[in-house]
Amino acid sequence: MTGLVLSGVARDFAEPTPRHVLRGIDLSIAQGEFVSLVGPSGAGKTTLLRIIAGLDTHHTGSVTWQATRRPRFGIVFQEPRLVPWLTILDNLLLVSGPENAARARGLLAEVELAGSEDALPGQLSGGMQRRAALARALLVEPDVLLPDEPLISLDTALAERMRRLLNTYWRDHRTTTLLVTHNLSEAAELSTRILILSPGEGKLMADCALPPPDPRLRNDRAVSVVLEELRRVTHAWPPSDSPEKQDAPSALSHAAGRY
Amino acid sequence: MSRLAGALPIRFGAGWNRLLSLITLLALWQAAATLVADPGLLPSPFATFRAGYAELMRGELLFHVGITLARVAVAFALAMLIGSAIGIVLGRSPVLDQIFSGWLVIGLNLPALVTMVLCYVWFGLTEVAAILAVTINKVPTVAAIVREGTRALDRPLFEMTQVFGVKPIRVLTRVILPQLAPSLMAAARAGLALTWKIVLVVELLGRPNGVGFQIRTFFNYFDIASILAYSLAFIAAVIAIEAFVLQPLDRRLGRWRRA
Repeated sequence: MTGLVLSGVARDFAEPTPRHVLRGIDLSIAQGEFVSLVGPSGAGKTTLLRIIAGLDTHHTGSVTWQATRRPRFGIVFQEPRLVPWLTILDNLLLVSGPENAARARGLLAEVELAGSEDALPGQLSGGMQRRAALARALLVEPDVLLPDEPLISLDTALAERMRRLLNTYWRDHRTTTLLVTHNLSEAAELSTRILILSPGEGKLMADCALPPPDPRLRNDRAVSVVLEELRRVTHAWPPSDSPEKQDAPSALSHAAGRY
Repeated sequence: MSRLAGALPIRFGAGWNRLLSLITLLALWQAAATLVADPGLLPSPFATFRAGYAELMRGELLFHVGITLARVAVAFALAMLIGSAIGIVLGRSPVLDQIFSGWLVIGLNLPALVTMVLCYVWFGLTEVAAILAVTINKVPTVAAIVREGTRALDRPLFEMTQVFGVKPIRVLTRVILPQLAPSLMAAARAGLALTWKIVLVVELLGRPNGVGFQIRTFFNYFDIASILAYSLAFIAAVIAIEAFVLQPLDRRLGRWRRA
């Protein structure tokens, strides 16, 4: 099997107060899986993403990519992290090389930024900058896509279109993806597998495989089936009339209370 | 009253104010020269310009000013290059900084005259020794300023380039150097002022040409008018560099901030 294997990954923070952020995470993600990592703020989602991306090296345990070469990562940080003095197009070409200008323009069009190629990041809205950051991650044709809350500050309609873009991209490329989100319905719509990080414990609370998400997008009934399944797995999902509005933090703190 | 003042044509543009200030300085000089009444001690502005014109006609003025400017340019370029490299390395590596920051303090406090004398003693009264002496004097200043700029580099952007595996040369030219531009400009300004003053002394001590050499020659003849004429010509050259090279460069580098 090729893919990403984490064994015994643990990470302690000394600041501001000493605490275990992650404890003994064992996880293997096969090539082509779309995994959503769900959990409330402070559960260690971003820390785990940073460890996988190689940005956080102060951890124990190992992260290995079982393939012939080092993986190419496409990361979308929570903040856009665009270079302020480079135009949007130049920001994309910074990571891919100038020979990919045509593809970069195409991707910018897909994230609805056609016409903003020559703008500086500071001239765009926060949501537009985040979409540029997503296009940048897709441009490198990553082996592993690591979006950290990529849709968080987008309005509902736009978030919907971006979800569809992520879904289309995954269907076309079958890129191994680890999406960090606190939004369960977003996870349910997009993933083949949902991981839930339990708040405060730094452990995986649930690991739930789902059928491929091809027909699931915008299908409310299918999403509620997924949420039902999650509820079964975690034994403690609070009943709700509108699973769409179900937010992980409240649901999980509730769940943790009954655990 | 205020309406009247506003209506009076006493509001000049910035250019007129500068011209007025220059004329005042010339008037003060003329007044002082009249008061001293000894052209050997303080020649009038007119006598100075006449001496300068004579030197210009003989071809001496442009030759010596040119030689000096060439030395300034070479020493300045070398010091900027070496100093920036040292500054970037020390700013990025805390260990190297701990080891070598003491050396930097010694370099910053080394009297310029000592380096000049030592260079001339060790390498002879040669061009290389002269350039080396000036360069050594300026390198620590540049390194110290660039080190501060490097310490303030944007860490999130650097992480982004790290995850995407951007080529180091591209990281340097597109991400690091633009952030260092203000420090480099500050180092260039501080450095240029320092360099040309030191170059004159180096020429005075051990070169057969250049403005410094000419000033020593005129000093031997107590030709104050020619000394002042050379000083003015050189000041004009340095102001021209500031106005036509450094300031446009500064504006160009800072363009994205105003976007």
